[in-house]
Amino acid sequence: MAVPAAGSPASRRPGVARTVLSADDITRIVSRMAHQILEKTSGGAGVALLGIPTRGVPLAHRLARRVQAVEGVDLPVGSLDPTMYRDDLRLRGVRPLEVTEIPDGGVDGRVVVLVDDVLYSGRTVRAALDALAAYGRPRAVQLAVLVDRGHRELPIRADYVGKNMPTSRRESVAVRLREIDGADGVVILPPAVTPAGDGAPVDGPVVDGPVVDDDGAIGDEAGERA
Amino acid sequence: MKRHLLSTEDLGRDDALLVLDTAERMARVAEASVRKLPTLRGRTVVNLFFEDSTRTRTSFEVAAKRLSADVINFSARGSSVSKGESLKDTAQTLEAMGADAVVCRHSASGAPHRLATWVRGSVVNAGDGTHEHPTQALLDAFTMRRRLGRVDGLAVTIVGDVLHSRVARSNVWLLTTLGASVTVVAPPTLLPLGVSSWPVEVSYDLDAVLPKSDVVMMLRVQRERMSAAFFPTEREYSRRYGLDVDRAARLADHALVMHPGPMVRGMEISSQVADSARSTVVEQVANGVSVRMAVLYLLLGGSGETT
Repeated sequence: MAVPAAGSPASRRPGVARTVLSADDITRIVSRMAHQILEKTSGGAGVALLGIPTRGVPLAHRLARRVQAVEGVDLPVGSLDPTMYRDDLRLRGVRPLEVTEIPDGGVDGRVVVLVDDVLYSGRTVRAALDALAAYGRPRAVQLAVLVDRGHRELPIRADYVGKNMPTSRRESVAVRLREIDGADGVVILPPAVTPAGDGAPVDGPVVDGPVVDDDGAIGDEAGERA
Repeated sequence: MKRHLLSTEDLGRDDALLVLDTAERMARVAEASVRKLPTLRGRTVVNLFFEDSTRTRTSFEVAAKRLSADVINFSARGSSVSKGESLKDTAQTLEAMGADAVVCRHSASGAPHRLATWVRGSVVNAGDGTHEHPTQALLDAFTMRRRLGRVDGLAVTIVGDVLHSRVARSNVWLLTTLGASVTVVAPPTLLPLGVSSWPVEVSYDLDAVLPKSDVVMMLRVQRERMSAAFFPTEREYSRRYGLDVDRAARLADHALVMHPGPMVRGMEISSQVADSARSTVVEQVANGVSVRMAVLYLLLGGSGETT
Protein backbone atom coordinates (compact mmCIF):
# COMPACT_ATOMS: atom_id res chain seq x y z
CA MET A 1 0.00 0.00 0.00
CA ALA A 2 2.92 2.28 0.62
CA VAL A 3 3.40 4.37 -2.43
CA PRO A 4 6.35 6.55 -3.25
CA ALA A 5 4.90 10.02 -3.22
CA ALA A 6 6.69 13.28 -3.57
CA GLY A 7 7.37 13.61 0.12
CA SER A 8 10.64 12.56 1.69
CA PRO A 9 10.65 9.40 3.84
CA ALA A 10 10.95 11.51 6.97
CA SER A 11 7.67 13.22 6.23
CA ARG A 12 5.83 9.91 5.95
CA ARG A 13 5.52 9.31 9.66
CA PRO A 14 1.95 8.60 10.70
CA GLY A 15 0.13 11.54 12.20
CA VAL A 16 1.85 14.07 9.98
CA ALA A 17 0.30 15.74 6.95
CA ARG A 18 2.46 15.12 3.91
CA THR A 19 2.58 17.14 0.74
CA VAL A 20 2.31 14.85 -2.26
CA LEU A 21 2.03 17.38 -5.07
CA SER A 22 3.64 20.81 -5.15
CA ALA A 23 2.36 23.85 -7.01
CA ASP A 24 4.79 23.12 -9.88
CA ASP A 25 3.64 19.50 -10.00
CA ILE A 26 0.05 20.63 -10.38
CA THR A 27 0.95 23.06 -13.17
CA ARG A 28 2.75 20.31 -15.09
CA ILE A 29 -0.08 17.84 -14.52
CA VAL A 30 -2.75 20.27 -15.72
CA SER A 31 -0.65 20.95 -18.78
CA ARG A 32 -0.35 17.23 -19.55
CA MET A 33 -4.06 16.66 -19.04
CA ALA A 34 -4.88 19.51 -21.43
CA HIS A 35 -2.72 17.80 -24.07
CA GLN A 36 -4.41 14.46 -23.40
CA ILE A 37 -7.85 16.00 -23.81
CA LEU A 38 -6.78 17.56 -27.11
CA GLU A 39 -5.32 14.27 -28.29
CA LYS A 40 -8.30 12.17 -27.38
CA THR A 41 -10.88 14.59 -28.78
CA SER A 42 -9.03 15.42 -32.00
CA GLY A 43 -8.17 18.98 -31.06
CA GLY A 44 -11.07 19.62 -28.74
CA ALA A 45 -13.79 19.61 -31.39
CA GLY A 46 -17.20 19.99 -29.75
CA VAL A 47 -15.76 19.75 -26.24
CA ALA A 48 -17.20 21.57 -23.23
CA LEU A 49 -15.55 21.48 -19.80
CA LEU A 50 -17.85 21.30 -16.77
CA GLY A 51 -16.23 21.66 -13.37
CA ILE A 52 -17.79 20.05 -10.31
CA PRO A 53 -17.82 22.61 -7.48
CA THR A 54 -15.92 23.62 -5.53
CA ARG A 55 -12.43 22.84 -6.83
CA GLY A 56 -13.38 21.22 -10.11
CA VAL A 57 -14.42 24.64 -11.40
CA PRO A 58 -11.04 26.42 -11.22
CA LEU A 59 -9.42 23.24 -12.56
CA ALA A 60 -11.75 23.32 -15.58
CA HIS A 61 -10.78 26.95 -16.21
CA ARG A 62 -7.09 26.08 -15.95
CA LEU A 63 -7.48 23.24 -18.45
CA ALA A 64 -9.30 25.60 -20.83
CA ARG A 65 -6.54 28.21 -20.55
CA ARG A 66 -3.91 25.56 -21.22
CA VAL A 67 -5.84 24.23 -24.22
CA GLN A 68 -6.14 27.77 -25.55
CA ALA A 69 -2.39 28.30 -25.15
CA VAL A 70 -1.50 25.04 -26.90
CA GLU A 71 -4.07 24.80 -29.66
CA GLY A 72 -5.63 28.24 -29.80
CA VAL A 73 -9.17 26.95 -29.33
CA ASP A 74 -11.55 28.37 -26.74
CA LEU A 75 -13.40 25.56 -25.02
CA PRO A 76 -16.64 26.55 -23.30
CA VAL A 77 -16.35 26.18 -19.52
CA GLY A 78 -19.13 25.84 -16.96
CA SER A 79 -19.96 24.28 -13.65
CA LEU A 80 -22.32 21.50 -12.62
CA ASP A 81 -23.51 21.07 -9.05
CA PRO A 82 -24.51 17.46 -8.39
CA THR A 83 -25.68 18.04 -4.80
CA MET A 84 -29.40 17.58 -5.34
CA TYR A 85 -28.76 14.28 -7.14
CA ARG A 86 -26.65 12.69 -4.40
CA ASP A 87 -27.64 9.36 -2.88
CA ASP A 88 -26.41 10.26 0.59
CA LEU A 89 -28.38 13.43 1.30
CA ARG A 90 -30.21 11.79 4.16
CA LEU A 91 -27.03 10.59 5.84
CA ARG A 92 -26.01 14.02 7.09
CA GLY A 93 -27.15 17.60 7.53
CA VAL A 94 -28.32 19.71 4.62
CA ARG A 95 -25.59 20.43 2.11
CA PRO A 96 -25.33 23.96 0.72
CA LEU A 97 -26.00 24.16 -3.01
CA GLU A 98 -23.36 25.31 -5.46
CA VAL A 99 -23.57 27.08 -8.79
CA THR A 100 -24.60 25.33 -11.97
CA GLU A 101 -23.62 27.30 -15.04
CA ILE A 102 -24.18 25.55 -18.35
CA PRO A 103 -22.20 27.28 -21.13
CA ASP A 104 -24.05 28.93 -24.00
CA GLY A 105 -25.10 26.37 -26.55
CA GLY A 106 -25.97 23.79 -23.90
CA VAL A 107 -24.66 20.24 -23.74
CA ASP A 108 -26.70 18.59 -26.51
CA GLY A 109 -24.41 16.85 -28.99
CA ARG A 110 -21.22 18.04 -27.31
CA VAL A 111 -18.45 16.03 -25.70
CA VAL A 112 -18.73 17.03 -22.06
CA VAL A 113 -15.61 16.59 -19.93
CA LEU A 114 -16.51 16.59 -16.24
CA VAL A 115 -13.65 17.95 -14.14
CA ASP A 116 -13.16 17.29 -10.43
CA ASP A 117 -10.30 17.47 -7.98
CA VAL A 118 -10.44 14.04 -6.32
CA LEU A 119 -12.01 10.79 -7.54
CA TYR A 120 -12.80 8.50 -4.62
CA SER A 121 -16.01 6.47 -4.23
CA GLY A 122 -17.36 7.69 -7.58
CA ARG A 123 -20.64 8.75 -6.03
CA THR A 124 -20.18 12.43 -6.81
CA VAL A 125 -19.56 11.57 -10.45
CA ARG A 126 -22.63 9.32 -10.51
CA ALA A 127 -24.71 12.22 -9.21
CA ALA A 128 -23.11 14.58 -11.72
CA LEU A 129 -24.06 12.25 -14.59
CA ASP A 130 -27.68 12.43 -13.45
CA ALA A 131 -27.51 16.20 -13.05
CA LEU A 132 -26.06 16.50 -16.55
CA ALA A 133 -28.94 14.53 -18.04
CA ALA A 134 -31.36 17.22 -16.83
CA TYR A 135 -29.61 19.72 -19.10
CA GLY A 136 -29.54 17.64 -22.26
CA ARG A 137 -27.95 14.71 -24.03
CA PRO A 138 -24.24 15.07 -24.69
CA ARG A 139 -22.67 13.05 -27.51
CA ALA A 140 -20.23 11.65 -24.96
CA VAL A 141 -19.24 12.30 -21.36
CA GLN A 142 -15.66 11.99 -20.15
CA LEU A 143 -14.09 12.47 -16.75
CA ALA A 144 -10.92 14.34 -15.79
CA VAL A 145 -9.62 14.29 -12.21
CA LEU A 146 -6.51 15.75 -10.65
CA VAL A 147 -6.16 12.91 -8.13
CA ASP A 148 -7.52 9.37 -8.25
CA ARG A 149 -7.24 7.97 -4.76
CA GLY A 150 -8.94 4.63 -5.39
CA HIS A 151 -11.64 2.93 -3.26
CA ARG A 152 -14.34 3.07 -5.94
CA GLU A 153 -17.81 2.00 -4.86
CA LEU A 154 -19.36 2.27 -8.32
CA PRO A 155 -18.29 1.18 -11.82
CA ILE A 156 -16.78 4.55 -12.72
CA ARG A 157 -13.33 5.39 -14.03
CA ALA A 158 -11.66 8.55 -15.19
CA ASP A 159 -10.54 9.22 -18.79
CA TYR A 160 -7.84 11.64 -17.67
CA VAL A 161 -6.02 11.19 -14.38
CA GLY A 162 -3.54 13.73 -13.08
CA LYS A 163 -2.06 11.49 -10.42
CA ASN A 164 -2.94 8.03 -9.18
CA MET A 165 -2.57 8.22 -5.44
CA PRO A 166 -3.41 5.05 -3.53
CA THR A 167 -4.48 5.96 -0.02
CA SER A 168 -5.97 4.46 3.06
CA ARG A 169 -9.68 5.06 3.45
CA ARG A 170 -8.90 6.62 6.77
CA GLU A 171 -6.67 9.25 5.30
CA SER A 172 -7.99 12.38 3.65
CA VAL A 173 -6.72 13.98 0.49
CA ALA A 174 -6.85 17.75 0.50
CA VAL A 175 -6.45 19.53 -2.81
CA ARG A 176 -5.64 23.19 -2.40
CA LEU A 177 -5.95 25.58 -5.31
CA ARG A 178 -4.87 29.19 -5.27
CA GLU A 179 -8.20 30.44 -6.66
CA ILE A 180 -9.90 29.15 -3.51
CA ASP A 181 -7.23 28.41 -0.93
CA GLY A 182 -4.58 30.97 -1.83
CA ALA A 183 -1.94 28.42 -2.84
CA ASP A 184 -1.59 25.21 -4.85
CA GLY A 185 -0.77 21.83 -3.35
CA VAL A 186 -2.06 18.36 -2.61
CA VAL A 187 -1.72 17.08 0.92
CA ILE A 188 -2.53 13.74 2.49
CA LEU A 189 -3.85 14.20 5.99
CA PRO A 190 -3.60 11.44 8.57
CA PRO A 191 -6.68 9.87 10.12
CA ALA A 192 -8.35 11.98 12.74
CA VAL A 193 -7.22 10.67 16.11
CA THR A 194 -10.14 8.99 17.81
CA PRO A 195 -10.34 8.50 21.58
CA ALA A 196 -10.65 4.76 21.20
CA GLY A 197 -8.01 2.85 19.27
CA ASP A 198 -5.80 5.63 18.08
CA GLY A 199 -2.41 4.63 16.89
CA ALA A 200 -1.00 3.65 13.57
CA PRO A 201 -3.54 3.86 10.79
CA VAL A 202 -4.51 0.42 9.63
CA ASP A 203 -5.67 -0.11 6.12
CA GLY A 204 -8.49 -2.53 5.74
CA PRO A 205 -12.21 -2.86 5.60
CA VAL A 206 -12.99 0.25 7.52
CA VAL A 207 -16.63 0.79 6.74
CA ASP A 208 -17.31 4.35 7.67
CA GLY A 209 -14.42 6.33 8.93
CA PRO A 210 -14.61 9.99 9.76
CA VAL A 211 -17.28 11.83 7.86
CA VAL A 212 -15.36 12.85 4.83
CA ASP A 213 -16.98 14.12 1.72
CA ASP A 214 -17.19 11.17 -0.57
CA ASP A 215 -14.89 12.73 -3.06
CA GLY A 216 -12.46 12.50 -0.21
CA ALA A 217 -11.58 16.13 -0.43
CA ILE A 218 -12.00 17.38 3.07
CA GLY A 219 -10.76 20.68 1.74
CA ASP A 220 -14.20 21.06 0.24
CA GLU A 221 -15.54 21.18 3.76
CA ALA A 222 -12.73 23.01 5.46
CA GLY A 223 -12.31 25.54 2.71
CA GLU A 224 -15.87 26.79 2.77
CA ARG A 225 -16.03 29.36 5.43
CA ALA A 226 -17.88 31.86 3.30
CA MET B 1 -31.68 26.31 9.80
CA LYS B 2 -34.24 25.38 12.42
CA ARG B 3 -36.63 22.46 12.01
CA HIS B 4 -39.65 24.69 11.36
CA LEU B 5 -40.28 27.92 9.47
CA LEU B 6 -42.93 29.64 11.57
CA SER B 7 -42.07 33.33 11.42
CA THR B 8 -39.50 35.76 10.10
CA GLU B 9 -39.32 37.53 13.45
CA ASP B 10 -37.09 34.78 14.83
CA LEU B 11 -35.30 34.07 11.55
CA GLY B 12 -31.66 35.06 11.83
CA ARG B 13 -29.79 36.96 9.16
CA ASP B 14 -27.61 33.96 8.24
CA ASP B 15 -30.57 31.64 7.84
CA ALA B 16 -32.48 34.23 5.81
CA LEU B 17 -29.52 34.67 3.47
CA LEU B 18 -29.12 30.89 3.21
CA VAL B 19 -32.73 30.65 2.01
CA LEU B 20 -32.20 33.42 -0.55
CA ASP B 21 -28.94 31.91 -1.83
CA THR B 22 -30.50 28.45 -2.07
CA ALA B 23 -33.50 29.95 -3.88
CA GLU B 24 -31.09 31.48 -6.39
CA ARG B 25 -29.79 27.97 -7.19
CA MET B 26 -33.32 26.62 -7.39
CA ALA B 27 -34.24 29.34 -9.87
CA ARG B 28 -31.52 27.98 -12.18
CA VAL B 29 -33.27 24.61 -12.18
CA ALA B 30 -36.16 26.25 -13.99
CA GLU B 31 -33.73 26.86 -16.86
CA ALA B 32 -32.89 23.16 -17.29
CA SER B 33 -34.77 21.14 -19.89
CA VAL B 34 -35.79 18.68 -17.18
CA ARG B 35 -37.16 20.77 -14.35
CA LYS B 36 -37.48 18.00 -11.84
CA LEU B 37 -34.97 17.03 -9.17
CA PRO B 38 -34.87 13.72 -7.30
CA THR B 39 -33.83 15.44 -4.07
CA LEU B 40 -36.88 14.81 -1.87
CA ARG B 41 -37.89 11.46 -3.35
CA GLY B 42 -39.78 9.44 -0.80
CA ARG B 43 -40.64 12.43 1.38
CA THR B 44 -44.21 13.50 1.96
CA VAL B 45 -45.36 17.10 2.16
CA VAL B 46 -48.89 17.79 3.40
CA ASN B 47 -50.59 21.04 2.45
CA LEU B 48 -52.92 21.65 5.37
CA PHE B 49 -55.07 24.63 4.43
CA PHE B 50 -57.83 25.82 6.74
CA GLU B 51 -58.27 28.98 4.64
CA ASP B 52 -58.79 29.15 0.92
CA SER B 53 -55.66 30.04 -0.97
CA THR B 54 -55.18 28.83 -4.47
CA ARG B 55 -51.95 30.64 -5.24
CA THR B 56 -49.97 29.82 -2.10
CA ARG B 57 -51.10 26.21 -2.02
CA THR B 58 -50.33 25.75 -5.70
CA SER B 59 -46.93 27.37 -5.26
CA PHE B 60 -46.01 24.98 -2.45
CA GLU B 61 -47.36 22.08 -4.46
CA VAL B 62 -45.29 22.95 -7.54
CA ALA B 63 -42.21 23.47 -5.35
CA ALA B 64 -42.58 20.12 -3.61
CA LYS B 65 -43.25 18.29 -6.86
CA ARG B 66 -40.20 19.80 -8.59
CA LEU B 67 -38.20 18.23 -5.77
CA SER B 68 -40.00 14.89 -6.26
CA ALA B 69 -41.75 14.90 -2.89
CA ASP B 70 -45.19 13.35 -2.62
CA VAL B 71 -47.81 16.03 -2.02
CA ILE B 72 -51.07 15.56 -0.19
CA ASN B 73 -53.54 18.44 -0.26
CA PHE B 74 -55.67 18.52 2.83
CA SER B 75 -58.17 21.35 2.81
CA ALA B 76 -60.63 22.06 5.56
CA ARG B 77 -63.65 22.15 3.33
CA GLY B 78 -65.22 18.75 2.84
CA SER B 79 -62.84 17.07 5.26
CA SER B 80 -63.08 15.80 8.79
CA VAL B 81 -62.33 19.34 9.96
CA SER B 82 -65.76 20.50 8.79
CA LYS B 83 -67.17 17.63 10.88
CA GLY B 84 -65.66 19.15 14.00
CA GLU B 85 -62.21 17.57 14.27
CA SER B 86 -59.73 19.58 16.34
CA LEU B 87 -56.39 20.80 15.03
CA LYS B 88 -54.59 18.38 17.32
CA ASP B 89 -56.51 15.37 16.03
CA THR B 90 -55.87 16.47 12.46
CA ALA B 91 -52.17 16.82 13.28
CA GLN B 92 -52.03 13.34 14.77
CA THR B 93 -53.77 11.90 11.75
CA LEU B 94 -51.21 13.48 9.43
CA GLU B 95 -48.42 12.30 11.70
CA ALA B 96 -49.71 8.74 11.53
CA MET B 97 -49.74 8.99 7.72
CA GLY B 98 -46.04 9.81 7.78
CA ALA B 99 -45.94 13.48 6.83
CA ASP B 100 -42.35 14.76 6.74
CA ALA B 101 -43.48 18.37 6.44
CA VAL B 102 -46.78 20.12 7.04
CA VAL B 103 -47.45 23.38 5.23
CA CYS B 104 -50.13 25.05 7.28
CA ARG B 105 -52.44 27.96 6.67
CA HIS B 106 -54.92 28.84 9.39
CA SER B 107 -57.18 31.77 10.23
CA ALA B 108 -55.97 31.74 13.84
CA SER B 109 -52.67 33.47 14.58
CA GLY B 110 -50.29 30.99 16.19
CA ALA B 111 -51.91 27.81 14.87
CA PRO B 112 -48.70 26.62 13.09
CA HIS B 113 -46.70 27.19 16.29
CA ARG B 114 -49.14 24.98 18.15
CA LEU B 115 -49.02 22.41 15.38
CA ALA B 116 -45.23 22.31 15.58
CA THR B 117 -45.42 21.02 19.13
CA TRP B 118 -47.59 18.09 18.07
CA VAL B 119 -45.86 16.70 14.98
CA ARG B 120 -42.45 15.14 14.52
CA GLY B 121 -41.99 16.58 11.02
CA SER B 122 -41.26 20.15 9.98
CA VAL B 123 -43.96 22.79 9.97
CA VAL B 124 -44.01 25.64 7.47
CA ASN B 125 -46.28 28.56 8.21
CA ALA B 126 -48.14 29.47 5.02
CA GLY B 127 -50.05 32.29 6.73
CA ASP B 128 -51.66 32.34 10.17
CA GLY B 129 -54.38 34.89 10.92
CA THR B 130 -52.95 38.38 11.01
CA HIS B 131 -49.60 37.12 12.35
CA GLU B 132 -47.05 36.04 9.72
CA HIS B 133 -46.55 34.69 6.22
CA PRO B 134 -42.80 34.02 6.14
CA THR B 135 -42.39 32.52 2.67
CA GLN B 136 -44.14 35.54 1.14
CA ALA B 137 -41.64 37.87 2.82
CA LEU B 138 -38.76 35.67 1.69
CA LEU B 139 -39.95 35.72 -1.91
CA ASP B 140 -40.41 39.50 -1.72
CA ALA B 141 -36.85 39.94 -0.45
CA PHE B 142 -35.64 37.51 -3.13
CA THR B 143 -37.43 39.56 -5.81
CA MET B 144 -35.84 42.79 -4.55
CA ARG B 145 -32.40 41.20 -4.54
CA ARG B 146 -32.79 39.85 -8.06
CA ARG B 147 -34.05 43.17 -9.44
CA LEU B 148 -31.97 45.66 -7.45
CA GLY B 149 -29.00 43.49 -6.51
CA ARG B 150 -29.36 43.86 -2.75
CA VAL B 151 -31.77 44.25 0.15
CA ASP B 152 -29.33 45.90 2.54
CA GLY B 153 -29.81 49.66 2.53
CA LEU B 154 -33.03 49.72 0.50
CA ALA B 155 -35.88 52.04 1.47
CA VAL B 156 -39.05 49.94 1.37
CA THR B 157 -42.51 51.44 1.75
CA ILE B 158 -45.43 49.18 2.67
CA VAL B 159 -48.79 50.73 1.87
CA GLY B 160 -52.29 49.76 2.89
CA ASP B 161 -54.07 47.48 5.30
CA VAL B 162 -51.15 46.88 7.67
CA LEU B 163 -53.56 46.07 10.51
CA HIS B 164 -54.77 42.83 8.97
CA SER B 165 -51.69 42.00 6.94
CA ARG B 166 -49.46 39.09 7.88
CA VAL B 167 -47.48 39.86 4.74
CA ALA B 168 -46.64 43.29 6.14
CA ARG B 169 -45.56 41.85 9.50
CA SER B 170 -43.33 39.18 7.98
CA ASN B 171 -41.79 41.72 5.64
CA VAL B 172 -41.11 44.23 8.41
CA TRP B 173 -39.14 41.67 10.41
CA LEU B 174 -37.31 40.09 7.50
CA LEU B 175 -36.42 43.30 5.67
CA THR B 176 -35.09 44.99 8.79
CA THR B 177 -33.08 41.86 9.61
CA LEU B 178 -31.59 42.10 6.12
CA GLY B 179 -30.70 45.77 6.56
CA ALA B 180 -33.50 47.57 4.72
CA SER B 181 -35.35 50.51 6.27
CA VAL B 182 -39.11 50.13 6.21
CA THR B 183 -41.82 52.78 6.20
CA VAL B 184 -45.47 51.82 6.61
CA VAL B 185 -48.13 54.08 5.12
CA ALA B 186 -51.80 53.59 5.97
CA PRO B 187 -54.85 55.36 7.30
CA PRO B 188 -54.52 55.50 11.11
CA THR B 189 -57.43 53.09 11.45
CA LEU B 190 -55.53 50.42 9.50
CA LEU B 191 -52.39 50.48 11.64
CA PRO B 192 -52.10 48.11 14.59
CA LEU B 193 -51.89 49.48 18.11
CA GLY B 194 -48.37 48.21 18.65
CA VAL B 195 -46.88 49.72 15.51
CA SER B 196 -44.84 52.17 17.58
CA SER B 197 -42.81 49.22 18.88
CA TRP B 198 -42.00 47.98 15.35
CA PRO B 199 -38.67 48.91 13.79
CA VAL B 200 -40.41 51.08 11.16
CA GLU B 201 -41.24 54.66 10.28
CA VAL B 202 -44.95 55.48 10.13
CA SER B 203 -46.43 57.94 7.65
CA TYR B 204 -49.93 58.91 6.57
CA ASP B 205 -48.79 60.74 3.46
CA LEU B 206 -47.99 58.45 0.55
CA ASP B 207 -46.99 61.25 -1.83
CA ALA B 208 -44.28 62.45 0.54
CA VAL B 209 -42.73 59.00 0.92
CA LEU B 210 -42.76 57.85 -2.71
CA PRO B 211 -39.80 59.88 -4.07
CA LYS B 212 -37.36 58.35 -1.56
CA SER B 213 -38.57 54.77 -1.89
CA ASP B 214 -36.65 52.05 -3.70
CA VAL B 215 -39.56 49.64 -3.36
CA VAL B 216 -43.29 50.25 -2.85
CA MET B 217 -45.24 47.27 -1.66
CA MET B 218 -48.99 47.66 -2.10
CA LEU B 219 -51.22 45.57 0.14
CA ARG B 220 -54.67 44.37 -0.68
CA VAL B 221 -57.51 45.85 1.32
CA GLN B 222 -58.85 42.71 2.93
CA ARG B 223 -62.58 43.11 2.62
CA GLU B 224 -63.21 39.76 4.30
CA ARG B 225 -61.52 40.98 7.48
CA MET B 226 -63.22 44.39 7.53
CA SER B 227 -65.59 44.03 10.45
CA ALA B 228 -65.81 47.77 11.12
CA ALA B 229 -65.73 51.01 9.16
CA PHE B 230 -62.00 51.62 8.74
CA PHE B 231 -62.37 54.30 6.09
CA PRO B 232 -65.38 56.22 4.72
CA THR B 233 -65.49 54.90 1.17
CA GLU B 234 -63.36 52.76 -1.12
CA ARG B 235 -63.12 55.70 -3.44
CA GLU B 236 -61.62 57.87 -0.76
CA TYR B 237 -59.16 55.14 0.23
CA SER B 238 -58.14 54.74 -3.37
CA ARG B 239 -57.61 58.47 -3.80
CA ARG B 240 -55.39 58.80 -0.76
CA TYR B 241 -53.58 55.44 -0.66
CA GLY B 242 -54.02 53.89 -4.10
CA LEU B 243 -51.09 53.81 -6.54
CA ASP B 244 -52.12 55.24 -9.89
CA VAL B 245 -50.06 56.48 -12.82
CA ASP B 246 -49.77 60.03 -11.50
CA ARG B 247 -48.49 58.85 -8.14
CA ALA B 248 -46.16 56.29 -9.68
CA ALA B 249 -44.57 59.14 -11.66
CA ARG B 250 -43.16 60.43 -8.37
CA LEU B 251 -41.10 57.26 -7.95
CA ALA B 252 -37.41 57.08 -8.79
CA ASP B 253 -36.64 55.44 -12.14
CA HIS B 254 -35.28 52.26 -10.58
CA ALA B 255 -38.05 51.89 -7.99
CA LEU B 256 -40.12 48.70 -7.95
CA VAL B 257 -43.83 48.25 -7.38
CA MET B 258 -44.67 45.01 -5.63
CA HIS B 259 -47.93 43.35 -4.67
CA PRO B 260 -48.35 39.99 -2.92
CA GLY B 261 -51.57 39.30 -4.84
CA PRO B 262 -54.38 38.89 -5.34
CA MET B 263 -54.65 42.49 -6.58
CA VAL B 264 -57.82 44.54 -6.60
CA ARG B 265 -57.22 46.66 -9.68
CA GLY B 266 -58.61 50.15 -9.35
CA MET B 267 -58.58 49.97 -5.56
CA GLU B 268 -55.02 49.88 -4.15
CA ILE B 269 -53.31 49.78 -7.55
CA SER B 270 -54.33 50.91 -11.02
CA SER B 271 -54.11 48.60 -14.00
CA GLN B 272 -51.51 50.71 -15.76
CA VAL B 273 -49.18 50.57 -12.75
CA ALA B 274 -49.79 46.86 -12.17
CA ASP B 275 -48.82 46.11 -15.78
CA SER B 276 -45.90 48.55 -15.98
CA ALA B 277 -42.25 47.57 -16.30
CA ARG B 278 -41.51 48.43 -12.67
CA SER B 279 -44.21 46.04 -11.44
CA THR B 280 -42.86 42.68 -10.22
CA VAL B 281 -46.20 41.00 -9.62
CA VAL B 282 -45.68 38.15 -12.08
CA GLU B 283 -42.01 37.66 -11.12
CA GLN B 284 -43.07 37.37 -7.50
CA VAL B 285 -45.17 34.34 -8.39
CA ALA B 286 -42.30 32.64 -10.22
CA ASN B 287 -39.88 33.54 -7.42
CA GLY B 288 -42.33 32.09 -4.91
CA VAL B 289 -41.75 28.62 -6.34
CA SER B 290 -37.95 28.97 -6.10
CA VAL B 291 -38.11 30.24 -2.53
CA ARG B 292 -40.48 27.48 -1.42
CA MET B 293 -38.24 24.87 -3.07
CA ALA B 294 -35.35 26.33 -1.08
CA VAL B 295 -37.30 26.20 2.19
CA LEU B 296 -38.41 22.60 1.61
CA TYR B 297 -34.87 21.58 0.67
CA LEU B 298 -33.35 23.21 3.73
CA LEU B 299 -35.93 21.64 6.04
CA LEU B 300 -36.11 18.17 4.49
CA GLY B 301 -32.98 17.78 2.36
CA GLY B 302 -30.71 16.36 5.04
CA SER B 303 -30.74 13.87 7.85
CA GLY B 304 -32.75 16.24 9.99
CA GLU B 305 -29.84 16.89 12.30
CA THR B 306 -28.52 20.41 12.33
CA THR B 307 -24.99 20.82 11.09
